Amino acid sequence: MSKRMELYSGNELVAEAAIAAGCRFFGGYPITPSSEIAERMSKFLPQVGGRFIQMEDEIASMGAIIGASLAGEKSMTATSGPGFSLKQENLGFAMIAEVPCVIVNVMRGGPSTGLPTAPSQSDVMQARWGTHGDHPVIALAPSYMREIFDETVRAFNLAEKYRMPVILLLDEVIAHLHEGVALPESDEIEIVNRKKPTVSREEYEPYADTKDHVPPMANFFEGYRYHVTGLSHNPKGLPSTDFEVVHAIQVRRQKKITEHLDDILKWEERSMEDAEIAIIAYGSIGRSATDAVEHLRAEGVKIGLFRPLTLWPFPEKRVAEIARQVKRIFVPEMNLGQLVLEVERMAKGDAEVIGINQVGGVMIRPREIVSRVKEVA
Amino acid sequence: MTFNYDEYVRTETIPHMWCPGCGIGIVMKSIIRAFTALKWDKNDIAFVSGIGCTSRMPGYMDMNTLHTTHGRALAFATGIKLAHPEKHVVVVGGDGDATAIGGNHLIHAARRNIDITLIINDNAIYGMTGGQYSPTTPPHMIASTAPYGMVEPNFDIAKLVMGAGATYVARETISKGIMLEKYIKTGLAHKGFSVIVAESTCPIQFGRRNRLADPVELMHWLKNRGVPKTKAAGMAPEELQDRFVTGELFRDDSRPEFTEVYQQVIDAAMKKENK
Repeated sequence: MSKRMELYSGNELVAEAAIAAGCRFFGGYPITPSSEIAERMSKFLPQVGGRFIQMEDEIASMGAIIGASLAGEKSMTATSGPGFSLKQENLGFAMIAEVPCVIVNVMRGGPSTGLPTAPSQSDVMQARWGTHGDHPVIALAPSYMREIFDETVRAFNLAEKYRMPVILLLDEVIAHLHEGVALPESDEIEIVNRKKPTVSREEYEPYADTKDHVPPMANFFEGYRYHVTGLSHNPKGLPSTDFEVVHAIQVRRQKKITEHLDDILKWEERSMEDAEIAIIAYGSIGRSATDAVEHLRAEGVKIGLFRPLTLWPFPEKRVAEIARQVKRIFVPEMNLGQLVLEVERMAKGDAEVIGINQVGGVMIRPREIVSRVKEVA
Repeated sequence: MTFNYDEYVRTETIPHMWCPGCGIGIVMKSIIRAFTALKWDKNDIAFVSGIGCTSRMPGYMDMNTLHTTHGRALAFATGIKLAHPEKHVVVVGGDGDATAIGGNHLIHAARRNIDITLIINDNAIYGMTGGQYSPTTPPHMIASTAPYGMVEPNFDIAKLVMGAGATYVARETISKGIMLEKYIKTGLAHKGFSVIVAESTCPIQFGRRNRLADPVELMHWLKNRGVPKTKAAGMAPEELQDRFVTGELFRDDSRPEFTEVYQQVIDAAMKKENK
């Protein structure tokens, strides 16, 4: 049985969900519009025996959550655009060292200080390519309140399951929006914990390939005494510059994603069965797009919605199928065209792809999507 | 009797990558001797570093080792210590790593007085990247990015961390290994943020450019720059110019340690929540 409806903001729900998912460490740094997450974690964590620390900067908060995770705690940090930029180097460390953690980025207008209090979706590509080097990425983008809770829990579960950082992308609209939501009881929440080694210390290889390409992870102080480094390393974790060793481990890390797409990808579709036009939208704009589709359907337009909750990896196969079904795809985003590039790449000319872009710090409203669709049709 | 260093070393990773005549080996040996003296279980030690020559040390040590990003070792170490306040967290780094790119984390770890021991191998140069000047390269000395001599003033690392709140601070040159070991041991056992500055040598990147390429000659030069605390007390400031004071420089056992204070927060919050 679900609890009764209560009023929450998106940021508050991230904190509620993190605690429910088992997060027991938060390292943060104040930044608008994400600060409410840190504020609530500073209150909740000690109540459940967890620990909160406000670090000296964004870089340090990212480092602290990696350290805490290596020591066995499920860990999270939360930030926004400029802070997300600062975290990128250590985010790459978490990827190469395969340390589970969750990074929340409440997107605001950029570049630089930009529009600190206004929404945007302009960090979609930063989430994918922000840190240097080839690396796998999981980034989730919920649209609704209950989804924020569920996707935060899922972010922790995916981080633990695939031994990697997971990015939760919110935007200022849904982060500060307050809505009534019924949260699940704790026994209704699925919790995934990192796979532990079952072999002896001598046999343990923290970075060896396994059937699922996710090697078991020993926590510090559990007797395994292994080495963790941001240098390219061998299966034992020790630095290596051997071509074959380095190549193999890079490919394995990529396979953690590419061979588990069915598990990682998640989306919602509406009215797609007979659609001749599609809208692909995510985050708060996913809500505008939902309204737009309803409105246009009422007018007899054969239009459907594809709303990815997993932005990275991108749902390539399904988007390619949609492009073969419809004649036109609209991609409304609060940026100058980021996810639309992925849509174009997968459409391969099978459908016309049109971006609807707005970067002034005001969300794209349903009627703006409706009028653009009509204008083209 | 010969001392057995292997207990705390991943012997399969030896030989190490440091240059002949490098001072880091003395620092590493001093750390191992201090661990041995304290009888610390290697399963209970997290040994953390950033980037640079000194920061390669954890790879050779048989414990829970973490080689992080440039300057950020203390940030990672803070997360480890908070997750497991009952375990030992030790950080090593060079002068550039710890005081330039890592300067912010250094002063804030000191301010919190978190129970971490930091050992800085101060060889006054960026060794790994090819001998660029660091915040501790002495005045007028030549570096690959100071071809006309060092023109920036230096940090006095000991004063810096004392001012920021560290509760145990010591400094010794690597020419006095026994003293260095003693200070490291005291720092490790100290509850709070402790900093041991090991004044060290880099004959290849620092010595070679400054007519001090011979490791023994460089060691003598270094040793002569150090002034024991008792002797320095009677010296005029101008006599101490371009020299550094050695010994146990500061100790305060009265200041509360950060993870202990935070435990009180947890105890109070849990009590309130369960009422």
